[in-house]
Amino acid sequence: MRIGVASGKGGTGKTLLATSLAYILAEARPVQYVDCDVEEPNGRIFLKPRITRSEDVRVDVPVIDGEACALCGECAEFCRFGALAAMGEKVLLFPELCHSCGGCALVCPNDAIRMGRRSIGKVEVGRSGKVGFVEGRLNVGEPMAAPVIYATLEAADEESLVIVDAPPGTSCALIAAIRACDYVLLVTEPTPFGLHDLRLTLEVVAALGLRAGVVVNREGLGDLEVEPLCAEAGVPILARIPFDRRIAEVYATGDSVTDALPDVRSILSDLACAVLQESSCRNS
Amino acid sequence: MPELVILSGKGGTGKTSVTAAFAALAVPVTLADCDVDAADLHLVAAPETTETHEFRSGWHAVLDQTLCRQCGRCIASCRFDAIHRDRTRYRQLHIDPFACEGCGVCEFVCRMGAISMEEPIRGFWYRSVTRFGPMFHAQLHPGAENSGKLVTLLRRKARQAAEQPNGLLLTDGPPGVGCAAIATLTGADHVLFVTEPTATGLHDLKRAERLAAGFRIPGSVLINKADLSPEMSRSIAEYAGQAGLHLLGEVPFDAAFARAQAAGQTILEYGRSPGADALRVAWSRLQRLLSAKTRTPFRIVKNM
Repeated sequence: MRIGVASGKGGTGKTLLATSLAYILAEARPVQYVDCDVEEPNGRIFLKPRITRSEDVRVDVPVIDGEACALCGECAEFCRFGALAAMGEKVLLFPELCHSCGGCALVCPNDAIRMGRRSIGKVEVGRSGKVGFVEGRLNVGEPMAAPVIYATLEAADEESLVIVDAPPGTSCALIAAIRACDYVLLVTEPTPFGLHDLRLTLEVVAALGLRAGVVVNREGLGDLEVEPLCAEAGVPILARIPFDRRIAEVYATGDSVTDALPDVRSILSDLACAVLQESSCRNS
Repeated sequence: MPELVILSGKGGTGKTSVTAAFAALAVPVTLADCDVDAADLHLVAAPETTETHEFRSGWHAVLDQTLCRQCGRCIASCRFDAIHRDRTRYRQLHIDPFACEGCGVCEFVCRMGAISMEEPIRGFWYRSVTRFGPMFHAQLHPGAENSGKLVTLLRRKARQAAEQPNGLLLTDGPPGVGCAAIATLTGADHVLFVTEPTATGLHDLKRAERLAAGFRIPGSVLINKADLSPEMSRSIAEYAGQAGLHLLGEVPFDAAFARAQAAGQTILEYGRSPGADALRVAWSRLQRLLSAKTRTPFRIVKNM
């Protein structure tokens, strides 16, 4: 079972929620927290895991054999990503633009291209108490998050209940993180920005045919009603977490909110039960 | 025409609220909302759109079932696992638009000519008028790719508009350090990092700062919600000093931000508040930095 935690708008509380749920759920079953916010992975700050395995994420890039290459330029013409350019005496490669499709090697009439590998990020696996931990981390300066997200999900242990901490936004990186989830938890806040981005994320979730529930975080900070939007989308509201300065203060230090604030923990425990129930009733 | 880009690394630190507040102080100003897959600036800037354009980018493979013989060569060649055979007795092939990267390999290997490449509409971009000046913004279709290209397009259009006397170009950036953040940063004159005094805020600030340092773009830091953790605020100030970033100041946590947002206003237009006062001070410091035109000296980039 794989449960995604997503939001659209950044900073609504995805990581706080995902790590807290992992803690609580791990008391009764094997749980793994999987950080797919690879541009800014933060779960580690709260879980403080012991890392046992670390692997580079490598993607294919063309390697051009200068001797065999006749500078015909067919590879550059085929590449739809602008990653190759035939310039005078040489074919230039812009590795950051390459999508690793292998098309250049396929079209080269002189067999001058083979695929090599280059590292664009890292996946680390470890453990924090009862919670299993996997983190994907995109190298700074690399534009493409999706291959790192896929590599991170591949390292997840499918025997466990997997909690996927998804990236913000609504573009390809979010899709990569949640498309293979069985259930998605959408975290929002009752402000115009929060609601606007929730609406966009609900569209993504519907397009992917995923079942979802909503958590309203920082209730009271804004006073917009989330219910009509959720009702319209047919998605239940599973929990409301009040705006509470204490939560912000504990979060700031990187400490566990579930340990420090028992009243918040009880809200999150109820949420954990609701998520388990919702995600396992497949016919709703 | 200097361009000030507002970034953060971590989401939800207040980029858009700060951008809107500075817009109110910088009038007349040109605005660009480059957080194209979760754009929010329009909720406060209330743009009146004067031009709407389709944004077409990237490619999609499209399969013509009447020509396809279901041989499966395309399935074997696709590196993105984007083509699947259905389980009906017809065993038809289907291309998953969310997985397709538009590389064209399937089109190349297909012997029946059953696959063609189309350039889909990925969203729309707009030129608008606001009470602060012209605004360029966009709406990427949910789940679409190529947000980096859309950002580049928006910034180009905004720069063209800002070439006219209207001084500053103010660009609201996306969270993260990936393609959209890179596309937002390249060639900017100054980057302002809006951060918050949390362990995650600092961690993400460091990554975003490293990205900007790679492009040699001078930067400054504004600590939002600073009173939530005076201790973390000190750590961020310390880090800013080490990284050669100008510290613009601290903005206290202020519920007036959320109230102003709900009223469709910037915090400056909403009336007096501690947040608005702090932003006025930060803005005057930032103006001095922008007009000084001196680039910060070369910064040493450390790995993290």
